[in-house]
Amino acid sequence: MNTVITAPAGAIAAVTVTGVDKVFATRKGEVTALSGIDLHVAPGEFVSLIGPSGCGKSTLLRLIADLDAPTTGTVEVFGTSAHQARLDQRYGIAFQQAGLLPWRTVAGNIALPLELHGMGVAERAARVAELVALVGLGDFASTYPDQLSGGMQQRVAIARALAEKPALLLMDEPFGALDEMTREYMQSELLRIAAETGAAVVFVTHSIPEAVYLSDRVVVMSPRPGRIAGIVTMNLGRTADRADDLREDGAFFEMITAVREALHGSPVSRARGVETR
Amino acid sequence: MTDAAIALTPPRRRVRDRGARVRLWAYGMLGLVVLGAVWELYKALGPADGLVIGEARVLPRTSDLAMPHLWEMASRLAEPVTRAEGARPLWLEVVLAAGLTLGIAAAGWIVGVVVGIALALVMQRWRIAESAMLPWIVLSQTVPLIAFAPLVRSWGSRIEIGAFEWQDWMSVAVIASYLAFFPVAVGALRGLQAPDRIHLELMRTYSVGWRATLMHLRFPAAVPYLLPALRLAAANAVVGAVVAEVSTGLQGGIGRLVIQYAGQASGDPSKAWAPIFGAVALGLIAAGSVAILGLVFRNYRRSEEQA
Repeated sequence: MNTVITAPAGAIAAVTVTGVDKVFATRKGEVTALSGIDLHVAPGEFVSLIGPSGCGKSTLLRLIADLDAPTTGTVEVFGTSAHQARLDQRYGIAFQQAGLLPWRTVAGNIALPLELHGMGVAERAARVAELVALVGLGDFASTYPDQLSGGMQQRVAIARALAEKPALLLMDEPFGALDEMTREYMQSELLRIAAETGAAVVFVTHSIPEAVYLSDRVVVMSPRPGRIAGIVTMNLGRTADRADDLREDGAFFEMITAVREALHGSPVSRARGVETR
Repeated sequence: MTDAAIALTPPRRRVRDRGARVRLWAYGMLGLVVLGAVWELYKALGPADGLVIGEARVLPRTSDLAMPHLWEMASRLAEPVTRAEGARPLWLEVVLAAGLTLGIAAAGWIVGVVVGIALALVMQRWRIAESAMLPWIVLSQTVPLIAFAPLVRSWGSRIEIGAFEWQDWMSVAVIASYLAFFPVAVGALRGLQAPDRIHLELMRTYSVGWRATLMHLRFPAAVPYLLPALRLAAANAVVGAVVAEVSTGLQGGIGRLVIQYAGQASGDPSKAWAPIFGAVALGLIAAGSVAILGLVFRNYRRSEEQA
Protein backbone atom coordinates (compact mmCIF):
# COMPACT_ATOMS: atom_id res chain seq x y z
CA MET A 1 0.00 0.00 0.00
CA ASN A 2 2.95 2.33 0.20
CA THR A 3 3.09 2.86 -3.52
CA VAL A 4 0.70 4.59 -5.87
CA ILE A 5 -2.88 3.89 -4.94
CA THR A 6 -5.32 3.71 -7.77
CA ALA A 7 -8.62 1.93 -7.97
CA PRO A 8 -7.80 -1.74 -8.58
CA ALA A 9 -9.55 -3.19 -11.58
CA GLY A 10 -12.86 -4.69 -10.56
CA ALA A 11 -13.21 -2.90 -7.21
CA ILE A 12 -15.85 -0.19 -7.07
CA ALA A 13 -14.23 3.22 -6.63
CA ALA A 14 -15.38 5.32 -3.68
CA VAL A 15 -15.70 8.33 -5.95
CA THR A 16 -15.62 8.51 -9.75
CA VAL A 17 -15.87 11.91 -11.37
CA THR A 18 -16.04 11.82 -15.16
CA GLY A 19 -15.88 14.80 -17.50
CA VAL A 20 -17.51 17.19 -15.06
CA ASP A 21 -18.12 20.85 -15.84
CA LYS A 22 -19.90 23.17 -13.47
CA VAL A 23 -21.23 26.50 -14.70
CA PHE A 24 -22.94 28.94 -12.37
CA ALA A 25 -25.36 31.48 -13.81
CA THR A 26 -24.77 34.83 -12.13
CA ARG A 27 -26.06 38.30 -12.86
CA LYS A 28 -22.87 39.12 -14.71
CA GLY A 29 -23.26 36.09 -16.94
CA GLU A 30 -22.01 32.55 -16.70
CA VAL A 31 -19.06 31.60 -14.53
CA THR A 32 -17.29 28.34 -15.18
CA ALA A 33 -16.36 26.96 -11.77
CA LEU A 34 -15.12 23.55 -12.92
CA SER A 35 -13.98 22.35 -16.30
CA GLY A 36 -13.15 18.86 -17.51
CA ILE A 37 -12.73 17.21 -14.10
CA ASP A 38 -11.83 13.50 -13.99
CA LEU A 39 -11.05 11.95 -10.63
CA HIS A 40 -11.04 8.52 -9.01
CA VAL A 41 -10.82 7.89 -5.31
CA ALA A 42 -10.21 4.31 -4.23
CA PRO A 43 -11.93 2.80 -1.18
CA GLY A 44 -9.95 3.70 1.94
CA GLU A 45 -7.84 6.23 0.09
CA PHE A 46 -7.11 9.71 1.48
CA VAL A 47 -7.23 12.33 -1.27
CA SER A 48 -6.77 16.04 -0.71
CA LEU A 49 -7.98 18.77 -3.05
CA ILE A 50 -5.70 21.79 -2.93
CA GLY A 51 -5.53 25.04 -4.82
CA PRO A 52 -5.95 28.80 -4.53
CA SER A 53 -9.37 30.20 -3.66
CA GLY A 54 -11.70 30.16 -6.63
CA CYS A 55 -10.24 26.97 -8.07
CA GLY A 56 -13.47 25.10 -7.45
CA LYS A 57 -12.21 22.63 -4.86
CA SER A 58 -15.15 23.23 -2.55
CA THR A 59 -17.52 23.12 -5.52
CA LEU A 60 -16.13 19.73 -6.49
CA LEU A 61 -16.71 18.47 -2.95
CA ARG A 62 -20.27 19.79 -3.05
CA LEU A 63 -20.87 17.91 -6.30
CA ILE A 64 -19.69 14.69 -4.69
CA ALA A 65 -21.98 15.41 -1.73
CA ASP A 66 -24.89 16.15 -4.10
CA LEU A 67 -25.35 19.58 -2.58
CA ASP A 68 -24.98 20.88 -6.16
CA ALA A 69 -25.42 19.11 -9.48
CA PRO A 70 -22.81 19.12 -12.27
CA THR A 71 -23.67 20.98 -15.48
CA THR A 72 -22.20 18.20 -17.59
CA GLY A 73 -20.49 14.92 -16.76
CA THR A 74 -21.24 12.41 -14.04
CA VAL A 75 -20.34 11.95 -10.38
CA GLU A 76 -20.57 8.44 -8.98
CA VAL A 77 -20.15 7.40 -5.37
CA PHE A 78 -19.66 3.68 -4.76
CA GLY A 79 -21.07 2.88 -8.20
CA THR A 80 -24.31 4.84 -7.82
CA SER A 81 -25.13 8.42 -8.72
CA ALA A 82 -24.14 11.07 -6.19
CA HIS A 83 -27.83 11.77 -5.65
CA GLN A 84 -28.60 8.14 -4.82
CA ALA A 85 -25.52 7.99 -2.61
CA ARG A 86 -26.83 10.94 -0.60
CA LEU A 87 -30.24 9.32 -0.26
CA ASP A 88 -28.51 6.10 0.84
CA GLN A 89 -26.29 8.00 3.32
CA ARG A 90 -23.09 6.65 1.80
CA TYR A 91 -20.95 9.54 3.04
CA GLY A 92 -20.41 11.68 6.14
CA ILE A 93 -19.55 15.35 5.81
CA ALA A 94 -17.77 18.02 7.87
CA PHE A 95 -17.55 21.69 6.98
CA GLN A 96 -15.15 24.49 7.86
CA GLN A 97 -17.43 25.53 10.69
CA ALA A 98 -18.37 22.74 13.03
CA GLY A 99 -22.05 23.53 12.42
CA LEU A 100 -23.20 21.98 15.69
CA LEU A 101 -26.72 22.62 16.90
CA PRO A 102 -26.21 24.92 19.92
CA TRP A 103 -29.19 23.56 21.84
CA ARG A 104 -27.92 19.99 21.76
CA THR A 105 -25.20 18.53 23.92
CA VAL A 106 -22.12 16.92 22.43
CA ALA A 107 -23.85 13.54 22.62
CA GLY A 108 -27.05 15.00 21.21
CA ASN A 109 -25.22 16.49 18.25
CA ILE A 110 -23.46 13.23 17.44
CA ALA A 111 -26.76 11.39 17.77
CA LEU A 112 -28.56 13.72 15.34
CA PRO A 113 -28.14 11.67 12.13
CA LEU A 114 -28.87 8.45 14.01
CA GLU A 115 -32.02 9.97 15.47
CA LEU A 116 -33.16 11.33 12.10
CA HIS A 117 -32.75 7.93 10.52
CA GLY A 118 -34.69 6.17 13.24
CA MET A 119 -32.06 4.24 15.18
CA GLY A 120 -33.38 2.86 18.47
CA VAL A 121 -32.58 4.63 21.73
CA ALA A 122 -30.37 1.95 23.26
CA GLU A 123 -28.43 1.26 20.09
CA ARG A 124 -28.01 4.99 19.58
CA ALA A 125 -26.63 5.56 23.06
CA ALA A 126 -24.09 2.77 22.55
CA ARG A 127 -22.97 4.15 19.19
CA VAL A 128 -22.69 7.70 20.56
CA ALA A 129 -20.58 6.48 23.48
CA GLU A 130 -18.28 4.73 21.00
CA LEU A 131 -17.93 7.87 18.87
CA VAL A 132 -17.37 10.17 21.83
CA ALA A 133 -14.51 7.89 22.86
CA LEU A 134 -13.20 7.70 19.28
CA VAL A 135 -12.72 11.47 19.10
CA GLY A 136 -11.46 11.64 22.69
CA LEU A 137 -14.29 13.67 24.21
CA GLY A 138 -15.25 11.15 26.88
CA ASP A 139 -15.69 13.73 29.64
CA PHE A 140 -17.61 16.19 27.54
CA ALA A 141 -20.58 14.15 26.31
CA SER A 142 -23.10 16.25 28.21
CA THR A 143 -21.60 19.70 27.63
CA TYR A 144 -22.96 22.19 25.14
CA PRO A 145 -21.09 23.47 22.06
CA ASP A 146 -20.68 26.97 23.51
CA GLN A 147 -18.66 25.44 26.35
CA LEU A 148 -16.14 23.85 23.97
CA SER A 149 -13.06 25.20 22.20
CA GLY A 150 -13.00 25.37 18.41
CA GLY A 151 -10.92 22.21 18.10
CA MET A 152 -13.26 20.27 20.34
CA GLN A 153 -16.29 21.49 18.39
CA GLN A 154 -14.64 20.29 15.21
CA ARG A 155 -14.00 16.88 16.76
CA VAL A 156 -17.70 16.64 17.59
CA ALA A 157 -18.46 17.48 13.95
CA ILE A 158 -16.13 14.69 12.80
CA ALA A 159 -17.75 12.23 15.19
CA ARG A 160 -21.14 13.26 13.83
CA ALA A 161 -19.91 12.71 10.26
CA LEU A 162 -18.74 9.22 11.24
CA ALA A 163 -21.91 8.34 13.15
CA GLU A 164 -23.38 6.09 10.49
CA LYS A 165 -20.09 4.40 9.64
CA PRO A 166 -19.84 5.87 6.16
CA ALA A 167 -17.18 4.42 3.86
CA LEU A 168 -16.57 7.94 2.53
CA LEU A 169 -15.81 11.07 4.51
CA LEU A 170 -16.08 14.48 2.81
CA MET A 171 -14.30 17.34 4.57
CA ASP A 172 -14.29 20.97 3.49
CA GLU A 173 -11.38 22.75 5.21
CA PRO A 174 -12.46 21.35 8.57
CA PHE A 175 -9.36 22.65 10.35
CA GLY A 176 -9.24 25.99 8.54
CA ALA A 177 -10.40 28.00 11.54
CA LEU A 178 -8.10 26.33 14.08
CA ASP A 179 -4.75 27.55 15.38
CA GLU A 180 -1.63 25.81 14.12
CA MET A 181 -1.02 23.68 17.22
CA THR A 182 -4.58 22.43 17.43
CA ARG A 183 -4.51 21.88 13.72
CA GLU A 184 -1.51 19.54 13.79
CA TYR A 185 -3.05 17.62 16.64
CA MET A 186 -6.33 17.29 14.75
CA GLN A 187 -4.49 16.07 11.64
CA SER A 188 -2.89 13.23 13.58
CA GLU A 189 -6.25 12.42 15.15
CA LEU A 190 -7.92 12.38 11.74
CA LEU A 191 -5.34 9.92 10.35
CA ARG A 192 -5.89 7.66 13.35
CA ILE A 193 -9.67 7.85 12.96
CA ALA A 194 -9.52 7.28 9.20
CA ALA A 195 -7.33 4.23 9.77
CA GLU A 196 -9.66 2.89 12.45
CA THR A 197 -12.76 3.31 10.32
CA GLY A 198 -11.18 2.42 6.97
CA ALA A 199 -13.11 5.23 5.32
CA ALA A 200 -12.00 6.95 2.14
CA VAL A 201 -11.54 10.68 2.67
CA VAL A 202 -11.85 13.58 0.25
CA PHE A 203 -10.31 16.53 2.03
CA VAL A 204 -10.39 20.14 0.82
CA THR A 205 -7.60 22.38 2.12
CA HIS A 206 -5.44 25.31 1.12
CA SER A 207 -2.52 24.28 3.30
CA ILE A 208 0.24 22.39 1.48
CA PRO A 209 1.79 20.77 4.61
CA GLU A 210 -1.67 19.65 5.72
CA ALA A 211 -2.42 18.05 2.35
CA VAL A 212 0.99 16.34 2.25
CA TYR A 213 0.80 15.04 5.81
CA LEU A 214 -2.68 13.58 5.45
CA SER A 215 -2.92 12.26 1.93
CA ASP A 216 -2.20 9.28 -0.23
CA ARG A 217 -2.63 11.56 -3.20
CA VAL A 218 -2.88 15.34 -3.51
CA VAL A 219 -5.05 16.74 -6.29
CA VAL A 220 -3.69 20.14 -7.29
CA MET A 221 -6.27 22.47 -8.84
CA SER A 222 -5.89 25.76 -10.70
CA PRO A 223 -8.47 28.52 -11.03
CA ARG A 224 -10.45 30.21 -13.82
CA PRO A 225 -11.75 27.83 -14.88
CA GLY A 226 -11.24 25.32 -12.07
CA ARG A 227 -9.47 22.26 -13.36
CA ILE A 228 -7.04 19.64 -12.15
CA ALA A 229 -3.48 20.82 -12.80
CA GLY A 230 -1.83 17.67 -11.50
CA ILE A 231 -2.13 14.77 -9.11
CA VAL A 232 0.83 14.19 -6.82
CA THR A 233 1.22 10.81 -5.13
CA MET A 234 2.68 11.08 -1.63
CA ASN A 235 5.54 8.58 -1.25
CA LEU A 236 5.40 8.76 2.53
CA GLY A 237 4.20 5.33 3.49
CA ARG A 238 0.78 4.28 4.74
CA THR A 239 -1.21 7.19 6.13
CA ALA A 240 -2.09 5.08 9.14
CA ASP A 241 1.59 4.80 10.08
CA ARG A 242 2.39 8.50 9.88
CA ALA A 243 3.29 10.35 13.03
CA ASP A 244 4.35 13.83 14.03
CA ASP A 245 8.05 13.17 13.36
CA LEU A 246 7.19 12.89 9.68
CA ARG A 247 6.78 16.66 9.70
CA GLU A 248 10.54 17.02 10.10
CA ASP A 249 11.44 14.28 7.60
CA GLY A 250 13.31 15.04 4.36
CA ALA A 251 10.78 13.07 2.31
CA PHE A 252 8.03 15.26 3.73
CA PHE A 253 9.72 18.41 2.47
CA GLU A 254 10.34 16.79 -0.89
CA MET A 255 6.62 16.17 -1.22
CA ILE A 256 5.83 19.72 -0.16
CA THR A 257 8.14 20.93 -2.93
CA ALA A 258 6.45 18.63 -5.44
CA VAL A 259 3.00 19.92 -4.52
CA ARG A 260 4.18 23.52 -4.57
CA GLU A 261 5.66 23.09 -8.04
CA ALA A 262 2.45 21.51 -9.29
CA LEU A 263 0.52 24.42 -7.77
CA HIS A 264 2.63 27.08 -9.40
CA GLY A 265 2.91 25.14 -12.63
CA SER A 266 6.67 25.68 -12.75
CA PRO A 267 8.42 23.79 -15.52
CA VAL A 268 11.37 22.73 -13.31
CA SER A 269 12.06 19.03 -12.94
CA ARG A 270 9.19 17.44 -11.13
CA ALA A 271 9.57 15.06 -8.29
CA ARG A 272 8.72 11.42 -8.64
CA GLY A 273 5.11 10.42 -8.75
CA VAL A 274 3.79 13.55 -10.39
CA GLU A 275 1.41 13.05 -13.20
CA THR A 276 0.66 16.22 -15.06
CA ARG A 277 -2.15 16.88 -17.40
CA MET B 1 2.54 18.67 24.12
CA THR B 2 -0.22 18.07 21.64
CA ASP B 3 -2.66 17.28 24.39
CA ALA B 4 -1.81 20.51 26.06
CA ALA B 5 -2.11 22.22 22.73
CA ILE B 6 -5.77 21.54 22.36
CA ALA B 7 -6.17 23.74 25.39
CA LEU B 8 -9.04 22.23 27.28
CA THR B 9 -10.46 25.48 28.43
CA PRO B 10 -12.79 25.06 31.38
CA PRO B 11 -16.43 25.15 30.42
CA ARG B 12 -17.69 28.67 30.73
CA ARG B 13 -21.10 29.23 32.10
CA ARG B 14 -23.49 32.04 31.45
CA VAL B 15 -24.88 32.23 34.92
CA ARG B 16 -25.87 35.74 35.74
CA ASP B 17 -24.78 36.08 39.34
CA ARG B 18 -27.38 36.44 42.05
CA GLY B 19 -26.24 39.92 43.00
CA ALA B 20 -27.01 41.25 39.55
CA ARG B 21 -30.48 39.76 39.64
CA VAL B 22 -31.24 41.25 43.05
CA ARG B 23 -30.00 44.63 41.82
CA LEU B 24 -32.32 44.40 38.83
CA TRP B 25 -35.31 43.90 41.10
CA ALA B 26 -34.14 46.70 43.38
CA TYR B 27 -33.99 49.13 40.45
CA GLY B 28 -37.48 48.06 39.41
CA MET B 29 -38.83 48.77 42.89
CA LEU B 30 -36.94 52.06 43.02
CA GLY B 31 -38.71 53.10 39.82
CA LEU B 32 -42.08 52.49 41.48
CA VAL B 33 -41.08 54.45 44.58
CA VAL B 34 -39.92 57.40 42.45
CA LEU B 35 -43.20 57.34 40.52
CA GLY B 36 -45.14 57.44 43.79
CA ALA B 37 -42.97 60.25 45.15
CA VAL B 38 -43.46 62.35 42.01
CA TRP B 39 -47.23 61.86 42.31
CA GLU B 40 -47.35 62.99 45.94
CA LEU B 41 -44.86 65.83 45.42
CA TYR B 42 -46.85 67.29 42.55
CA LYS B 43 -50.02 66.92 44.54
CA ALA B 44 -48.47 68.80 47.46
CA LEU B 45 -46.62 71.51 45.52
CA GLY B 46 -48.36 71.81 42.13
CA PRO B 47 -50.86 74.61 41.31
CA ALA B 48 -54.34 73.76 42.56
CA ASP B 49 -55.89 74.33 39.15
CA GLY B 50 -53.18 72.49 37.23
CA LEU B 51 -51.23 74.06 34.40
CA VAL B 52 -53.29 75.45 31.54
CA ILE B 53 -51.65 76.60 28.31
CA GLY B 54 -54.16 78.27 26.04
CA GLU B 55 -57.20 76.02 26.16
CA ALA B 56 -55.39 72.84 27.05
CA ARG B 57 -54.70 71.70 30.57
CA VAL B 58 -51.26 70.07 30.32
CA LEU B 59 -50.96 69.22 34.01
CA PRO B 60 -53.92 67.98 36.08
CA ARG B 61 -55.57 69.66 39.03
CA THR B 62 -54.14 68.61 42.35
CA SER B 63 -57.52 68.24 44.06
CA ASP B 64 -58.34 65.03 45.90
CA LEU B 65 -60.92 64.42 43.19
CA ALA B 66 -58.41 64.36 40.35
CA MET B 67 -55.43 62.98 42.22
CA PRO B 68 -56.28 61.03 45.33
CA HIS B 69 -53.46 60.32 47.78
CA LEU B 70 -51.70 57.00 47.25
CA TRP B 71 -52.60 55.86 50.71
CA GLU B 72 -56.24 56.65 50.08
CA MET B 73 -56.17 54.44 47.01
CA ALA B 74 -54.55 51.70 49.05
CA SER B 75 -56.89 51.92 52.02
CA ARG B 76 -59.90 52.06 49.70
CA LEU B 77 -58.96 48.60 48.46
CA ALA B 78 -59.62 47.14 51.88
CA GLU B 79 -63.04 48.75 52.24
CA PRO B 80 -66.27 47.20 50.90
CA VAL B 81 -67.26 47.92 47.29
CA THR B 82 -70.54 49.58 48.27
CA ARG B 83 -72.20 50.47 51.55
CA ALA B 84 -74.75 47.74 50.95
CA GLU B 85 -74.98 45.00 53.54
CA GLY B 86 -72.57 42.07 52.92
CA ALA B 87 -70.69 43.81 50.12
CA ARG B 88 -67.34 42.25 49.26
CA PRO B 89 -64.14 44.22 49.91
CA LEU B 90 -62.99 46.19 46.87
CA TRP B 91 -59.76 44.24 46.40
CA LEU B 92 -61.63 40.95 46.21
CA GLU B 93 -64.01 42.38 43.61
CA VAL B 94 -61.03 43.53 41.55
CA VAL B 95 -59.22 40.21 41.89
CA LEU B 96 -62.30 38.26 40.82
CA ALA B 97 -62.81 40.53 37.82
CA ALA B 98 -59.13 40.30 36.92
CA GLY B 99 -59.30 36.52 37.15
CA LEU B 100 -62.14 36.40 34.66
CA THR B 101 -60.31 38.70 32.26
CA LEU B 102 -57.10 36.70 32.65
CA GLY B 103 -58.94 33.53 31.69
CA ILE B 104 -60.41 35.16 28.60
CA ALA B 105 -57.04 36.69 27.68
CA ALA B 106 -55.37 33.28 28.10
CA ALA B 107 -57.90 31.70 25.75
CA GLY B 108 -57.26 34.51 23.28
CA TRP B 109 -53.49 34.07 23.68
CA ILE B 110 -53.67 30.37 22.94
CA VAL B 111 -55.79 30.91 19.84
CA GLY B 112 -53.47 33.73 18.75
CA VAL B 113 -50.34 31.61 19.24
CA VAL B 114 -51.79 28.66 17.31
CA VAL B 115 -52.96 30.89 14.46
CA GLY B 116 -49.71 32.89 14.45
CA ILE B 117 -47.48 29.81 14.29
CA ALA B 118 -49.69 28.23 11.64
CA LEU B 119 -49.42 31.36 9.49
CA ALA B 120 -45.65 31.46 9.99
CA LEU B 121 -45.37 27.80 8.93
CA VAL B 122 -47.34 28.40 5.76
CA MET B 123 -45.24 31.48 4.97
CA GLN B 124 -42.00 29.62 5.62
CA ARG B 125 -43.03 26.63 3.53
CA TRP B 126 -44.12 28.58 0.48
CA ARG B 127 -42.25 31.76 -0.30
CA ILE B 128 -45.15 32.94 -2.45
CA ALA B 129 -47.41 32.70 0.60
CA GLU B 130 -45.06 35.02 2.45
CA SER B 131 -45.25 37.63 -0.31
CA ALA B 132 -49.01 37.25 -0.49
CA MET B 133 -49.84 37.19 3.21
CA LEU B 134 -47.28 39.20 5.15
CA PRO B 135 -48.48 42.66 3.98
CA TRP B 136 -52.05 41.78 4.97
CA ILE B 137 -50.93 40.52 8.34
CA VAL B 138 -49.20 43.82 8.99
CA LEU B 139 -52.19 45.72 7.67
CA SER B 140 -54.58 43.77 9.94
CA GLN B 141 -53.11 45.55 12.94
CA THR B 142 -54.04 48.98 11.63
CA VAL B 143 -57.77 48.21 11.92
CA PRO B 144 -59.01 49.92 15.09
CA LEU B 145 -60.09 47.35 17.62
CA ILE B 146 -63.05 49.40 18.83
CA ALA B 147 -64.45 49.43 15.30
CA PHE B 148 -64.88 45.73 14.84
CA ALA B 149 -65.45 44.55 18.42
CA PRO B 150 -69.24 45.01 18.15
CA LEU B 151 -69.14 43.28 14.73
CA VAL B 152 -67.46 40.21 16.17
CA ARG B 153 -70.06 40.11 18.87
CA SER B 154 -72.97 40.25 16.47
CA TRP B 155 -71.41 37.62 14.18
CA GLY B 156 -70.78 35.39 17.14
CA SER B 157 -74.32 35.70 18.42
CA ARG B 158 -75.55 34.10 15.18
CA ILE B 159 -73.36 31.04 15.62
CA GLU B 160 -75.17 28.03 17.00
CA ILE B 161 -73.95 24.57 16.15
CA GLY B 162 -75.92 21.80 17.80
CA ALA B 163 -75.54 22.10 21.55
CA PHE B 164 -72.76 24.63 21.12
CA GLU B 165 -73.83 28.19 21.55
CA TRP B 166 -71.56 31.18 21.13
CA GLN B 167 -70.85 32.89 24.43
CA ASP B 168 -70.15 36.57 24.81
CA TRP B 169 -66.79 35.92 26.41
CA MET B 170 -65.75 34.09 23.25
CA SER B 171 -66.13 37.30 21.25
CA VAL B 172 -63.78 38.97 23.70
CA ALA B 173 -61.30 36.09 23.40
CA VAL B 174 -61.42 36.31 19.59
CA ILE B 175 -60.61 40.01 19.73
CA ALA B 176 -57.78 39.37 22.19
CA SER B 177 -56.41 36.72 19.82
CA TYR B 178 -56.57 39.22 16.98
CA LEU B 179 -54.02 41.35 18.80
CA ALA B 180 -52.01 38.35 20.05
CA PHE B 181 -51.47 36.51 16.76
CA PHE B 182 -49.53 39.31 15.09
CA PRO B 183 -46.25 39.31 17.05
CA VAL B 184 -46.31 35.50 17.04
CA ALA B 185 -46.73 35.27 13.26
CA VAL B 186 -43.94 37.75 12.59
CA GLY B 187 -41.58 36.43 15.29
CA ALA B 188 -42.14 32.78 14.39
CA LEU B 189 -41.55 33.47 10.70
CA ARG B 190 -38.25 35.18 11.44
CA GLY B 191 -37.30 32.36 13.77
CA LEU B 192 -38.18 29.61 11.30
CA GLN B 193 -36.05 31.37 8.72
CA ALA B 194 -33.19 31.82 11.19
CA PRO B 195 -31.18 28.58 10.72
CA ASP B 196 -27.78 29.01 9.11
CA ARG B 197 -27.14 27.71 5.62
CA ILE B 198 -24.63 25.23 7.02
CA HIS B 199 -27.31 23.66 9.22
CA LEU B 200 -29.81 23.51 6.38
CA GLU B 201 -27.24 21.84 4.14
CA LEU B 202 -26.40 19.39 6.87
CA MET B 203 -30.06 18.37 7.03
CA ARG B 204 -29.97 18.03 3.26
CA THR B 205 -27.00 15.67 3.42
CA TYR B 206 -29.10 13.57 5.82
CA SER B 207 -31.76 13.56 3.07
CA VAL B 208 -34.59 14.26 5.48
CA GLY B 209 -37.73 16.12 4.49
CA TRP B 210 -39.32 19.39 5.48
CA ARG B 211 -41.01 18.00 8.57
CA ALA B 212 -37.90 16.49 10.13
CA THR B 213 -35.98 19.69 9.34
CA LEU B 214 -38.78 21.64 10.98
CA MET B 215 -38.82 19.58 14.16
CA HIS B 216 -35.08 19.18 14.58
CA LEU B 217 -33.81 22.46 13.23
CA ARG B 218 -36.30 25.21 12.46
CA PHE B 219 -38.43 25.08 15.60
CA PRO B 220 -35.49 24.86 18.02
CA ALA B 221 -33.76 27.69 16.17
CA ALA B 222 -36.95 29.76 16.36
CA VAL B 223 -37.18 29.64 20.16
CA PRO B 224 -35.09 32.79 20.80
CA TYR B 225 -37.40 34.67 18.42
CA LEU B 226 -40.58 33.07 19.71
CA LEU B 227 -40.13 33.83 23.42
CA PRO B 228 -40.23 37.63 23.13
CA ALA B 229 -43.06 37.28 20.61
CA LEU B 230 -45.06 35.17 23.05
CA ARG B 231 -44.49 37.71 25.81
CA LEU B 232 -45.64 40.53 23.58
CA ALA B 233 -48.63 38.42 22.58
CA ALA B 234 -49.53 37.93 26.25
CA ALA B 235 -49.48 41.67 26.91
CA ASN B 236 -51.46 42.28 23.72
CA ALA B 237 -54.02 39.65 24.68
CA VAL B 238 -54.64 41.40 28.02
CA VAL B 239 -55.02 44.79 26.36
CA GLY B 240 -57.29 43.28 23.73
CA ALA B 241 -59.43 41.54 26.33
CA VAL B 242 -59.83 44.68 28.46
CA VAL B 243 -60.70 46.87 25.48
CA ALA B 244 -63.03 44.25 24.03
CA GLU B 245 -64.84 43.89 27.36
CA VAL B 246 -65.51 47.60 27.29
CA SER B 247 -66.65 47.77 23.69
CA THR B 248 -68.78 44.62 23.74
CA GLY B 249 -70.14 45.45 27.19
CA LEU B 250 -69.21 42.11 28.74
CA GLN B 251 -70.06 42.04 32.45
CA GLY B 252 -67.80 40.86 35.24
CA GLY B 253 -64.37 41.56 33.75
CA ILE B 254 -61.82 44.18 34.70
CA GLY B 255 -62.61 46.28 31.61
CA ARG B 256 -66.20 46.67 32.68
CA LEU B 257 -65.05 47.54 36.20
CA VAL B 258 -62.82 50.34 34.91
CA ILE B 259 -65.77 51.99 33.17
CA GLN B 260 -68.21 51.37 36.00
CA TYR B 261 -65.98 52.76 38.76
CA ALA B 262 -64.88 55.70 36.63
CA GLY B 263 -68.53 56.69 36.52
CA GLN B 264 -68.57 56.76 40.35
CA ALA B 265 -65.31 58.72 40.58
CA SER B 266 -66.96 62.03 41.46
CA GLY B 267 -68.24 60.54 44.70
CA ASP B 268 -65.46 58.01 45.32
CA PRO B 269 -62.27 59.06 43.47
CA SER B 270 -59.99 56.41 45.01
CA LYS B 271 -62.24 53.59 43.91
CA ALA B 272 -61.66 54.29 40.21
CA TRP B 273 -57.98 53.48 40.62
CA ALA B 274 -58.51 49.98 41.94
CA PRO B 275 -59.36 48.28 38.62
CA ILE B 276 -56.55 50.19 36.92
CA PHE B 277 -54.07 48.64 39.36
CA GLY B 278 -55.80 45.36 38.69
CA ALA B 279 -55.25 45.71 34.95
CA VAL B 280 -51.58 46.57 35.44
CA ALA B 281 -51.10 43.52 37.67
CA LEU B 282 -52.87 41.43 35.06
CA GLY B 283 -50.43 42.49 32.34
CA LEU B 284 -47.47 41.74 34.60
CA ILE B 285 -48.81 38.31 35.49
CA ALA B 286 -49.49 37.47 31.84
CA ALA B 287 -46.04 38.55 30.65
CA GLY B 288 -44.40 36.94 33.70
CA SER B 289 -46.00 33.57 33.00
CA VAL B 290 -44.38 33.59 29.57
CA ALA B 291 -41.03 34.40 31.18
CA ILE B 292 -41.34 31.06 32.97
CA LEU B 293 -41.55 29.43 29.53
CA GLY B 294 -38.18 31.06 28.83
CA LEU B 295 -36.68 29.17 31.77
CA VAL B 296 -38.05 25.89 30.48
CA PHE B 297 -36.53 26.47 27.04
CA ARG B 298 -33.29 28.05 28.18
CA ASN B 299 -31.09 25.50 26.38
CA TYR B 300 -32.56 26.65 23.08
CA ARG B 301 -31.23 30.13 23.67
CA ARG B 302 -27.60 29.08 23.49
CA SER B 303 -25.46 30.11 20.55
CA GLU B 304 -22.72 28.03 19.02
CA GLU B 305 -20.04 30.57 19.85
CA GLN B 306 -18.42 30.52 23.22
CA ALA B 307 -20.20 32.63 25.75
